[in-house]
This record gives sequence, C-alpha cells and structure tokens, in this order.
Amino acid sequence: MMAAPSSALLDVRDLHVRFATARGEVRAVDGVNLSVAPGETLGLVGESGSGKSVTLRAILRLLRANAAITGEVRWQGENLLALPEKRLRDIRGKDIAVIFQEPMSALNPVISIGRQIDESLVAHTALDAAGRRRRAIELLDLVGIASPEQRLAGFPHEFSGGMRQRAMIAIALAAEPKLLLADEPTTALDVTIQDQILKLLLRLNRELGMGLILVTHDLGVVAETCDRVSVMYAGRVVESGPVDRVFTAPRHAYTDALLRSMPHGGAARAPLRPIPGQPPRLDRAIAGCPFAPRCALVEDRCTVEAPPFAVVAPDQRAACWASDRLAAREGVA
Amino acid sequence: MSGTILKSGPVADAPIMTVDGLVKTFPLGRSLADVLGGRPVRAVQALSGVSLTVRKGETLGVVGESGCGKSTLARCLVRLHEPDAGAVRFEGADVLGLQGYARRAYNRSVQMVFQDPYGSLNPRLSVGDALAEALTVHRIVEGGAVRERVGELLDLVHLPRDAADRYPHEFSGGQRQRVGIARALAVEPSVIIADEPVSALDVSVQAQVVNLFLELQERLGLTLIFITHDLRLVRHISHRIAVMYLGKVVETGDTEAVFTAPRHPYTRALIAAVPQVDPHQRSAREAVRGELPSPIAPPPGCPFHPRCPIAEPQCRTVVPALVPRGGPWPVACHLAGPADAPEFIA
Amino acid sequence: MTALALTFRRAPASLIAGAAVLLVVLVCAVAPGLIAPYDPLAFDYGALLQPPSAAHPFGTDQFGRDILSRTIAAATIDLQIAIFATVGPLVIGTIIGLLVGYYGGIADAIFGRLVDLVVTFPFLVLVIAIVAVLGPGLSNMYIAIGVVGWVFYARLMRGEVQVLRGQDYVSAAKVLGYGEARILLRHILPNAARPILVYWMTDMALAILLGSSLGYLGLGAQPPAAEWGVLIADGKNFFSQAWWITVFPGFAIVFCGIGFSLFGDGLADLMDVRR
Ligand SMILES: Nc1ncnc2c1ncn2[C@@H]1O[C@H](COP(=O)(O)OP(=O)(O)OP(=O)(O)O)[C@@H](O)[C@H]1O
Ligand SMILES: Nc1ncnc2c1ncn2[C@@H]1O[C@H](COP(=O)(O)OP(=O)(O)OP(=O)(O)O)[C@@H](O)[C@H]1O
Ligand code: SF4
Ligand SMILES: [Mg+2]
Ligand SMILES: [Mg+2]
Repeated sequence: MMAAPSSALLDVRDLHVRFATARGEVRAVDGVNLSVAPGETLGLVGESGSGKSVTLRAILRLLRANAAITGEVRWQGENLLALPEKRLRDIRGKDIAVIFQEPMSALNPVISIGRQIDESLVAHTALDAAGRRRRAIELLDLVGIASPEQRLAGFPHEFSGGMRQRAMIAIALAAEPKLLLADEPTTALDVTIQDQILKLLLRLNRELGMGLILVTHDLGVVAETCDRVSVMYAGRVVESGPVDRVFTAPRHAYTDALLRSMPHGGAARAPLRPIPGQPPRLDRAIAGCPFAPRCALVEDRCTVEAPPFAVVAPDQRAACWASDRLAAREGVA
Repeated sequence: MSGTILKSGPVADAPIMTVDGLVKTFPLGRSLADVLGGRPVRAVQALSGVSLTVRKGETLGVVGESGCGKSTLARCLVRLHEPDAGAVRFEGADVLGLQGYARRAYNRSVQMVFQDPYGSLNPRLSVGDALAEALTVHRIVEGGAVRERVGELLDLVHLPRDAADRYPHEFSGGQRQRVGIARALAVEPSVIIADEPVSALDVSVQAQVVNLFLELQERLGLTLIFITHDLRLVRHISHRIAVMYLGKVVETGDTEAVFTAPRHPYTRALIAAVPQVDPHQRSAREAVRGELPSPIAPPPGCPFHPRCPIAEPQCRTVVPALVPRGGPWPVACHLAGPADAPEFIA
Repeated sequence: MTALALTFRRAPASLIAGAAVLLVVLVCAVAPGLIAPYDPLAFDYGALLQPPSAAHPFGTDQFGRDILSRTIAAATIDLQIAIFATVGPLVIGTIIGLLVGYYGGIADAIFGRLVDLVVTFPFLVLVIAIVAVLGPGLSNMYIAIGVVGWVFYARLMRGEVQVLRGQDYVSAAKVLGYGEARILLRHILPNAARPILVYWMTDMALAILLGSSLGYLGLGAQPPAAEWGVLIADGKNFFSQAWWITVFPGFAIVFCGIGFSLFGDGLADLMDVRR
C-alpha cells in the first residue's frame, strides 16, 4: 500500500492462505493487502466465499490445521504470522478482538451468557467479582439488551437471534481491544439496533482510537460507517479506496455489478438482478481476471492477462481492465 | 434472468390463516438468591396479544426490532412453541388443539424455512436423503418415483441434480438455504413461513433466493409469511406488512401505502433508520431514542411510549388497540388520525 | 504420492495404527492355538522359571508353562471382558440418555440425582462391593460393571442430546411432521454418537484394566484360566526371581489399551463431518 506504513495500526501485506483438501489445494486468500490506522474503519465486502472470513481469521492465525498462511501481518512492529503461539495468545482477545460470523456456533450453548462475558473479563481485566458483574451488566446494556441484570443468567437458546449476536459483541468489547475484527456483526439485527451498535462501534473508534475492520454484505452499512472499503473477489482485493469514491464511482466491474444487485426500493416485486453465474473454483489456477466469466464488460484481454491492481483515481485502486470504460460511462450518465 | 415483473395480480381476499390474541411467555430462570429472597417468578413476555390475517397467495412481511417476538410468532404458527393464550386458524379450522396425526397433516400444509442455513440441515444426511425423507414420510411419492421427484425439487430451486449426493458442508450458505427451501416444498405446503431466510446471505446470493421465492409463489400459488428486519427487502417482496413492537403488532397494511405514509411513530422511526447506500446521504438522522423496551417488564399503556417523540399522557396508561382509527389500515397509536398530517410522511 | 496422502486424509493415521494393534489382539483371541508356540496349560517340569530365551521368548512360570503362550491365550478372556463389560452399559446408557435428554422433565431430574450419587462413589469400590455380594466370577463381574457403568454413558449422551434438540434441523424435522422415533434415531442419535463411541473405546481399555484388577484380587476370572490380571497375580510371589511372569502380561494390557485409544482417536477424526 502506498500510505506510510508506520502510521498503520495493522498492516497486512501479500497475505496468502491455502487449504489442503481432499480435492487439492484451495487458494482461499490470494495476495491480500490491507491496512487500518488507529481510529479508522475499514469495510471489507465481497460475495459469499470470497475469503473475507478467512482473511480475518488468518490475521490472528485462527484457521484450521489444514491451512498454510504466508505473507506478513504487521502489528505494533511485530509480524503476527511469525510470533510464537504464546505471545499471540496474549494479543488475541486483549489487543485484537474478534466477533465471529456465526453467533449461534460461537457461543457455548451450555454456559449462561453472563458467565461467558465473565470469562472474557477474567482473562483481560483486573476487576474483582463484583466489578465484573457490574461491567457485564453495563456491556449488555451498551449493546442494547434490555433488563440486562435478569438476562445474565440466560442461556444462548433463550436469546433471540439478534440478542445472541449482541452478546457476542459484548464479549468482544469486554477487553477494550485496540483493534476489533468484526465479521458480519449486525446481520441478525434490525435497523434501529444495528444503528445503535454501529454508533457504539464508531464511538469507541473515535474516542478510544480503536481500529475496526468491518466485514459485511450490507453495502448500506459500509456506506454509513466506513472510511475506506476493500472489495474482495475470489480471494483477492479487487478494488479499494475511500467509501464515497468506490460506491459512487466504482472502477471495477464487479463492484459495479454488486451495487446493482441490491434492492433499490424502486419497482416493487420486480426480480432483483443477481450477478449471473458462480464465483470461480479456488482449487484451480485462474488465468486472467477471476471475474471475467461473469462480467458484463468483459473483453478479450480479460481472460488471458490478469489486470494489475492499479491506481485509478487519487487514493483509489482497482484491478480491472474496464476501469476506463466505467469512468467514461459515468461521465455520460 | 428476464426483466419481467412477477408482481401477481390483485390477491384474493380470502384469509388462509388468522392469528388472534396470541400470547406466549417464557419463565426466566431463578437464581438461588431469588428463590431464597422469595422474589416472584419473572417471565419474558415474548408475544402479548398478536393478531394478524394472512390472505391466500399473498406475501405478508413481518418486520420489527430484534427480540420483539418475530421468531416466537413463527414458531407458534408451526407449533414448535405452545402459546399460552390466543387462537390460530388455518382455513377456518383451529390449529392449536391439533395432536398426533392431525398435527402432522397441518404441518404438511404450513412449512417453515429457518434463518441459519448452517444449522437447519442435518449434517449427516445427504441432500438427496433429506429430501427423500420428507417425500416418503408423507407418502407424497413412493418407490422409484422418489428419486425423480428429488431431481425435480432441485431443479425448482436451481440446484444441479448431482447436488443430491452431496452433504450440507459442501455447499455455500446460499445453496444451503435453497436446499432448506426445497425441503419445505417437498411436502407441497400451501403456506411457507420464512424466518429471516436471507439475512445470513450476501447481497447477490440474497437476490437469488428472493427471486426464487417470488418465482415459486407465482408458479405454485404459495402464501408466504416473510420475517425479516431488512426493510428494503420487505418493501421489495411483500404485498402487505405487519410491524411488530415488543410482542404486539402496531401497524399492518399494504406495503406501499405503509411505506409512503407510515402512521405509527415506530414505523416511521424504522423507515427513517434504513441505511442508505449513497454515502453522501450519510444521515444525521436520529434512530429511535430513549429507554430500551424490556419484554421482562413491558411498560404500561402503549409499549412504545417511553421512546415515542409525540407521546401524550394517555399513552402512559391506556393501551392503544389495533384498529383503523378512521384510516385505511389498522394502527395501534392513540394519536394516529384518519389522514396523516404531512409532517408524518417520511 | 497424492493418492497415498489422500488415503491418509480419509483414514487418520491413528485409526490405522489402532486397528492394526486391535487386529493382533483379535487374532490372538480368536485363534490362540495358531500363534501360541506351546499349550498354555501344559506343565514342563524341565523348564521351571526360565528367563526369556529363544525357546521361551517371555520365559516360563513356576510350573514351566510358557508365558508367551499364556499371554496370547489370555487375550480371549480379556477381549471378552472388554466387550461384555461395556456393550450392555453402552446400549442401555445410550437409550436412557437419549430419552432423558430429549424429553427432560421428571425422569431427567431423577436421573440427575442418580448421577450425583454414582459419581461420588469410587467406581472400583462400587463394583467390588457388588461382586462381593453376588460372588466372584466373570458373569457376576459383568453384571456389577453394567449396573454402575451405564450411568456414565447416559450422562454423556444426555448432554449431547440436550444441545442437539435445540438445533434448527431438529426443529425442522418436527415441522416436517416426522415422528418422534424418526427424529430421535435418524436426526439426533447419529449426530450424538461420536463422543459415545470414543468413550466406548476408552471404556473397553478401562474394562480390561478393571477385569485384570478383579482377576488379580480373585474376584474376576478364576485360575487356571489365563487372564492378564490372573497371570500378574500368579507371578507376584515370584517377582524378585522371575519378573517376566508379571511384566509381559502387563505389557499386553498396555498394548491393548493403546490400541483402543488410538482407534478411538482415529474414529473421532473420521466421524467429524466437517473434514
Ligand atoms: N477449512 C477449510 N478448508 C477448505 N476450504 C476452506 C476452509 N475454510 C474456508 N474454505 C474456503 O475458503 C473460501 C473463502 O471462505 P470465507 O469463509 O472466507 O468466505 P467469506 O468471504 O467469509 O464468505 P461469507 O460471506 O459466506 O461468509 C471458501 O471457498 C471456502 O469454501
Ligand atoms: N426458548 C426461549 N426461552 C426463553 N426466552 C425466549 C425463548 N425464545 C425466545 N425467548 C425470548 O423471547 C423474546 C422474543 O424472541 P424472538 O426470538 O421471538 O425475537 P425475534 O423478534 O425473532 O428477534 P430477532 O430479530 O433478534 O431474531 C426475546 O426476549 C427472547 O429472549
Ligand atoms: S400511542 Fe402514544 S406513545 Fe404510543 S405510539 Fe402513539 S403517540 Fe406514541
Ligand atoms: Mg464469512
Ligand atoms: Mg428471530
């Protein structure tokens, strides 16, 4: 990345993740670069299976044993990928907290919510039992769970879908991390509570300088909260830049198609326009641009030569041969 | 995909399902201290008198805040929970008293699609086995015809036929959700209750699943109860909506009408809170404010009054009924007039 | 190369190793005559208390009986113990755990108290007490182990089922109108089976140890039948002169135990659907 790396809180460079599977090697993440400054919010968007969750997990080496990670993850002058497991354990949860994608499976079904929050507080704070209880109540309240005191004794199955997700957020925030990796933290939430949670994250972001990587498929959420956005496709970052640039003037055909596949509140009950076709198989080598088979703007060159991740506008980069045409089309419209 | 508009013609007015005053509470666990201290048993008031009608062939969107009781409602309708009070009628017949065979026959007509595409499929059954099981248990087809019908179901949800031999973990979230839909369709229901069927999916997969629902409804004449918190989506696919707040329906009417002129202050706040994709419109908007509602200790009077910007003294004491109040659709707000004042319109 | 790697991925190395060990034990148990060099009961007064040698690799005892042959022959009884002492508890415990876990209610509360009761007593002491009442011998030992042992299976099963019954796919099965038996046997049991089977493997190893302990105490298999515990007990008086009488049957117990535990680990890996 071009930005001065010293200012970054987290700097991911040329990250590759390969899974050894029965079908062969799966290249789930293929050369990803990201950086987050303190107090900055980075959105990570992309289709299902594009490698967003794997990227987040790779940062903290939380992948299954069949994964091979290469590249560099710079955190306060250290490369997390080279750190001994023990040092990393101190960083996980304390400095860098994660909210996992599936609150149903990330919470322990047989332990009460209160105890699960307490475990995080025991591990990462110096509070005594009474202080931890107070803090746990406060955290549940912060994430918008009503009657928090009575809810502490509840078990995950007694919480609604959205309440489980908020409990997960409370657990992650218990340690007051410097960086929060949030994987689809608001999918199960309605707009008003989503709004409240996002405002809470933004407040921690602004006031405490907590860095935030927000993985989501809701482009609206990115538009509302993020400073910068990186769009992933088939394990690569295909476009990145300030949110207002990328969303109003996308320079990658995939970003463009993604923005068009959303309901716009216009013609009611008209079919939506999903991107046709399937993402490419990751266990095969990909020639040219990985989006080419589904792309409306494809040209001959796309299928043979991989487009470079080039600067397309100030502070905006995209890896697409059609970026000029996208720019031109905009000028006309 | 062609650009044809799938919007069905005017929907028949005949109600297929009616829900009347449904109440469901869950007792809270008591700690030893509570028992010793003689404190009363507390309970979560998940549904406190929900009334609805669903018309044949329509899509009813159910929206509302997280924890307001949407899933509990869905589970009561398919008999996964036993409500404490109230009535559910399907084609005029009472549903809640059904037991054994009659209950299973009811479930053949009223199916559910679950929110979590990872949790709703048995990891040890191949997709083909899961579909075949639904077909054979209800003797929908028998013998050699089962395999053929499984193939047709997979075609219906746009999955390749060889998907039958694969296991759930070999599919992406969107594909699994389609398997769940195929399984619900296997028993040939007339109503499908979908509890947040797409919220775990990314936008483009979401679009595929939503289109599938629209297409199936058109082809099979299904009635759909579509629970979601995504207002953009609900506006897109439903004919009518019901807005829930703290275990009650507070407003219900034609989707477009409600969206253009919401009459309940909560509906207005909900619509105003939809995030905009255009970053230039980043709102200085105010989401609903004030003390959070708790289903453990619901406020007296109108459940929304602690957060309502226009509440009046009577709101704190008198529960507003869900009645038309001189307007075209029912709304549970004392201050909703027959025609909406212009400043109400979002 | 890839094909080999593939096979190993499907069948974990521990499974293969465990299966190999158990196969050796099984062959010894089924056809000791084919492998054992001597008759395990034949006395040979010309070769009393011989240390290990080419003729008698494990040495001989005070009657000149070949220890290798006796150790091999003992596999029959010990494997029998491993199976007979655990299958009953496995089946009963699984069924009870399944029902109690799924339906909950009063039966579950009673079961909970029973568990509390059983786990506070040392298992061995309970079993010894029961055998003492019933009288020594293998079948009474099976009964004694069975009376107590099923509780542990049931407890494990109950915990699994309590988690699984809240899963959406179980709700989905209910909504699809499936009968209770189908839900229990096809949707819950297979998904709860993994820890039970793994525990069963460990339990078989423990049963052999227990059987040997009881044999040693004279409460299990009765001499002159060859059983590893009995063999060890036989050798205890001669331990200072003839360590081999005790040590080799001891190795056999360890060998067999390792087999079961490797096999159990491998099984756990193999049954993980997400692999
Ligand atoms: N343990 C694993 N073994 C093999 N392949 C894996 C493994 N974990 C993930 N993958 C593959 O890596 C790819 C990226 O997955 P990832 O979970 O990062 O997607 P995602 O972008 O988070 O998608 P979603 O929006 O659905 O969560 C997928 O194709 C997935 O199948
Ligand atoms: N099995 C249960 N035991 C105890 N309480 C429950 C149970 N199921 C739901 N509740 C409570 O009932 C209330 C309504 O929950 P429900 O799951 O219906 O909400 P929801 O509207 O679906 O919310 P979300 O959008 O977050 O999924 C919540 O307060 C929840 O804690
Ligand atoms: S009844 Fe009163 S408190 Fe309730 S929504 Fe209407 S104005 Fe607000
Ligand atoms: Mg993911
Ligand atoms: Mg819900």
